[in-house]
Amino acid sequence: MIDNLSHLQQTDKYKFPKTPTGIKGLDEITGGGLPTGRPALICGGPGCGKTLMSIEFIVRGATEYNEPGVFLAFEEKVEELEMNVASLGFDLKKLQADKLVKIDHVHIERSEIEETGEYDLDGLFIRLGYAIDSIGAKRVVLDTLENLFSGLSNQAILRSELRRLFHWLKEKGVTAIITGERGEKELTRQGLEEYVSDCVILLEHRVANQISTRLLRVVKYRGSMHGTNEYPFLIDEEGISVLPVTSLQLTSEVSSERLPSGIESLDKMLEGKGFYRGSSILVSGTAGTGKTSIAASFANKACTDNKKCVYLAFEESPKQIIRNMKSIGFDLGKHVDSGMLEFHAFRPTVYGLEMHLVAIHKIIRKFDPQVVILDPITNLVTVGSISEVKAMLIRLIDFLQEKQITVMFTALTLNSFVSEQTDEGVSSLVDAWLLVRDIELNGERNRGMYIMKSRGMKHSNQVREFVISDEGLNLVDVYLGPEGVIVGSAREAQMLHEETGLALRGHALNRKNREILRKKKVLEAQIANLQTEFESVEEELNKGYMEEELKKEIFERNRNEITNIRRGIDGSGESKNSPQSK
Amino acid sequence: MQNDTNQQEFLSTPDNELFILRLFVTGASPNSTRAISNIKSICEANLCDKYELEIIDVYQQPLMAESEQIIALPLLIRKFPLPERRMIGDLSDTKKVLKGLGLEED
Repeated sequence: MIDNLSHLQQTDKYKFPKTPTGIKGLDEITGGGLPTGRPALICGGPGCGKTLMSIEFIVRGATEYNEPGVFLAFEEKVEELEMNVASLGFDLKKLQADKLVKIDHVHIERSEIEETGEYDLDGLFIRLGYAIDSIGAKRVVLDTLENLFSGLSNQAILRSELRRLFHWLKEKGVTAIITGERGEKELTRQGLEEYVSDCVILLEHRVANQISTRLLRVVKYRGSMHGTNEYPFLIDEEGISVLPVTSLQLTSEVSSERLPSGIESLDKMLEGKGFYRGSSILVSGTAGTGKTSIAASFANKACTDNKKCVYLAFEESPKQIIRNMKSIGFDLGKHVDSGMLEFHAFRPTVYGLEMHLVAIHKIIRKFDPQVVILDPITNLVTVGSISEVKAMLIRLIDFLQEKQITVMFTALTLNSFVSEQTDEGVSSLVDAWLLVRDIELNGERNRGMYIMKSRGMKHSNQVREFVISDEGLNLVDVYLGPEGVIVGSAREAQMLHEETGLALRGHALNRKNREILRKKKVLEAQIANLQTEFESVEEELNKGYMEEELKKEIFERNRNEITNIRRGIDGSGESKNSPQSK
Repeated sequence: MQNDTNQQEFLSTPDNELFILRLFVTGASPNSTRAISNIKSICEANLCDKYELEIIDVYQQPLMAESEQIIALPLLIRKFPLPERRMIGDLSDTKKVLKGLGLEED
């Protein structure tokens, strides 16, 4: 860690000055933005978002980085531009009034101009220079410079003038974006890339299986590291978001915190605590095995524990899920109302895979949940191959792990063979894999669940019967009889059988207890008898003894009496003198 | 062209028509000086004194660049007679200039 830091500081010293574009994700890919004080080229086919990206660069600069900008529009009129970007929430009128943005429409039409000899583009220079100086612009966009080529015919002059223009822009110290139409062999139709050599960004609009995806690629960035991949991007009501770079460095934090699954008996199989926080869980199974129910249970539990949850449904509508889950005792509607749960349902075919990823990113960044559920990922295969889905899920899991969000996927297996399936494809990515499957026995179908894997914890290796009832979900130990595993009604029968045995045994036990009680009573009676006998004997003996005592006493008294009588005087004086008489 | 001839008929004959010309230049650059001397000799030869020529240095009046949609310089604009005509370059191609000014038919 320390090594890393010092390394960073070292590179900081020689850091290339960059101007943040303010476009979500693009600054991450380029490591901070476009090269400051240099022109960059954005090229792409028609309708790929060149103008929008460059205008966002200007608007973000003006509103977020306090860098005024000049937009030189060769294609659209000022009013048209204002209208077009108003839908993204950019108020160009106000920005122009505040002298933060200047938009200049350059009108050039070949039919209106006669070329009568040598000329140069000083007019453009003066115009641009004046615009830059009037608002102190730091950013400049030329959209699209190639229109000059259709307006003026002398290529030699144009090319040398363009070279001069880029030099001049560099001298001015403004960060510029030049847009260019994609050419057939070269990046731009007019080979603009030969003038702008510092940073070239290519935008593309690709359609595969009738689904279009916008892609961005940094073709070249002189003097700086940059992401080299194609990154999908999305244009919506908040502007452009490029999919942020997935680190793929496997350095995300880990947590030992546990999240219960909402099914107590399942938690018991997982050391009694549940899943790790920030882990990914795959629930796969054949149709109708209760995958969605497991997912709903997990969501329900998370919300009850005051953890925010996002439920991304690719198959059912939110209302449908809420209704269906009510039947097994989960009131998800309550959580939606309290704001703990958010449903997002879209058909997989609305976007391409990458766009889904961008959309999911956006949702997660906005809602900041702790639990995310994707139900089911199998449907994504309709818009991409298994390997593409896998690649997308890797990036999603990576992103979620970084944010310490626990994710649960459900996947449909189409047959009993587990191989060649989505769940198989992604199983190596996930931390825990629950498999729900049908067990067909004695003419009925029951659900069995087992934990295929669960990284980092002791987990039960037992197949459990998975029971869905009005009160929710439960796992029951399957009965292992001499014929093997018994489930469903056979298990019930077995249990009843055992109950009968229990009752019988209980009865027998009761009889024995009564016998003992009776014996005890008889013995106790006998003991009482003996006791009385003993008492009478004792009394008898005591009687003789007492009589003797009495006799002795009376005899003594009588003797004293007699002695006194013999002395003849009254007893009192007698006794006083008696020692003398001796 | 149809429009052009109509106007010429309507306004006046080419002989007594007043030409209002504007030449935009950039200081004393080679192109600019060439353009100035070229236009002057063309006007003298073809229009005598029936013209008004205004020479504007765009460096001095940069606002003009935007309002007049100036890109390439030198630029000669025929403001009158209408319609407006634009010619760029140092005006060395006299044939083209005359055509542009509407003083010579093809």
